[in-house]
Amino acid sequence: MRRRPKENQGLNIETHYRSVKDKTLMRLFILPTLVLLISINVFPLVWSLFLSFANYTAKMANVWGKNPEMIGVANFHRILTDPEMWVKFITTAKYVIMSVVGEMIIGFGLALLLQLNFKGKGIITTLLILPMTMSPVIVGLMWRLFYEPNWGMFNFLLGLGRIDWISDPARNLYSIVIADVWMWTPFVMLLSLAGLSAVPKYLYEAAEIDRASWWFKFTRITLPMIYPILMLALIFRTIEAFKIFDLPMGITGRGAMAPPLLAMHLYNVSFVTWNTSYGSSIGYIMLIMVLAITLIFVKYLNKAKQ
Amino acid sequence: MAQIIDKKQKAVRSLLIFIICVVTFIYLIPLFFVIHTSFKPWEYIRDYPPKILFKPTIASYIRIFTSRTPLPPGVAFSEDEVANMKWYERLIYKDTNEEIVRQGDLPRRYLNSIIIVIGSTLITIFIGTLAAYGFSRGKMKGRDDWLFFILTTRMLPPVVVVIPVFLMFRALNLTDTHIGLILLYTVFNVSFTVWVMKGFIDEIPIEYEEAAMVDGYTRFQVFRKIVVPQATTGIAATSVFCFIFAWNEYAFAFILSRKYAQTVPAWLPYQMGVLGYDWGAAAAGTFLFLLPAMVFTIMLRKHLVRGITFGAIRK
Repeated sequence: MRRRPKENQGLNIETHYRSVKDKTLMRLFILPTLVLLISINVFPLVWSLFLSFANYTAKMANVWGKNPEMIGVANFHRILTDPEMWVKFITTAKYVIMSVVGEMIIGFGLALLLQLNFKGKGIITTLLILPMTMSPVIVGLMWRLFYEPNWGMFNFLLGLGRIDWISDPARNLYSIVIADVWMWTPFVMLLSLAGLSAVPKYLYEAAEIDRASWWFKFTRITLPMIYPILMLALIFRTIEAFKIFDLPMGITGRGAMAPPLLAMHLYNVSFVTWNTSYGSSIGYIMLIMVLAITLIFVKYLNKAKQ
Repeated sequence: MAQIIDKKQKAVRSLLIFIICVVTFIYLIPLFFVIHTSFKPWEYIRDYPPKILFKPTIASYIRIFTSRTPLPPGVAFSEDEVANMKWYERLIYKDTNEEIVRQGDLPRRYLNSIIIVIGSTLITIFIGTLAAYGFSRGKMKGRDDWLFFILTTRMLPPVVVVIPVFLMFRALNLTDTHIGLILLYTVFNVSFTVWVMKGFIDEIPIEYEEAAMVDGYTRFQVFRKIVVPQATTGIAATSVFCFIFAWNEYAFAFILSRKYAQTVPAWLPYQMGVLGYDWGAAAAGTFLFLLPAMVFTIMLRKHLVRGITFGAIRK
């Protein structure tokens, strides 16, 4: 813990004056950040909440003429009773589960392999983390070239013939999952590597003396020690996969053939059919779900810190 | 202690290393493919099975930078005219039989990306570091609540916030302006900056600052002359992160810019039709756009874990 000199009761006027000023100054340091966040993040959110209970369209012709008309929870009622919406919820859930599970397994597996010390390990690790910091929409575009049914390399390398991975609704959800796993496996790998390197060596040495098997060491030492960090990776990835928008936009675009993912649907509703208030309601439902995951995340963030 | 090297163990080790190398190679194939396609001559791009070996050309890069018209059939330049052409015009003429009309849309989009990303990164780092210092050293009431609040703003799906932001920007005439996107990206990144920079500043011993304060430094002087120099590594790493995040951002740019302030990610995916399905040019644009992020990632690799976990894990 940081130590601060205890403030004396018998403070003289000058230092007292200075410390008050100092406190104000510290608040001033924080002020610009808070002002920005409140004006461009909180205020829009409140506005969005208001819109989600209204009937309103942001179509250019309508902007200044028609005021939002309050219709209560009708939007939410419509969303939750619409079978089409449930298809979207389920597709998104499927997407999240498939991509996150894939990332966790491959990422953790790669991290375990990279436990080995060898020449050129640094270069390999650096090469493997490259996809993670690329722009998702451009990664989408890249995979679109890769999947291209007529001349793309994907089908060729897998010996699949001309399978359409982009506009066939039966498959394109999986093609986005594959790209997502490709892009975010390094994230899990990197976190797992950090976790693995933090496991104290003496635990393994002690197990070595007892002639413990590899499996025993893995399940009794490695897994429990890096469990918090794996949870952290899991939750980060779940939140990100849940709100996925860029990657499918790059691979399939938002057309009729695109898989019914929530964020993409939200975009279509709000900016294509201009059903602004209905879009806001969908947004709020997504927001509540993300907040729920975030709360868990913060819980584990604190755990991981200790 | 002398150890007998177990042959079997050594073989397993070599096998594992071999597996790692193969996996890495397979992993990078999509990236290789894009780079490979971007250097393919026009005639081979649609070949199936894909042609692996060819004489590389940068014609695709010239195509993504320029706007061209195809020459009508039967029309050809005379040898003199070809000899007088600039080298890139000749290259395009020979590759696709087209004439370069003017500069394409990419340079403009690239410049927009650079202006917006650098502008927002500078502002973010300035106000974010100040706030991080305030949170690190100040002992205001509800500090953790404020920090949590700042974190949650980053967790919001951009598509949720974008509806009201769109309405707000339209009312303020900020749609499709550089300032608008700079502001948005600043807000988008400031929460990240506060969290990561707070971690870096927490690591700086407070004693120097206290000594300086005793010597009559003001808070701001302390911040500028003692904290900032010690936090340089942190500031540099955080700036690069902000750069990468803003450089890659898509949803806001796509919805809030149409032409004037449009960035590369909002523009490039929609060029497929416009370019007449010029996959070579699309691959070239993709590679050019990914390059800065790749270079920065390599520079950042030591701080990557810390950045992607918002400073939760310090390695």
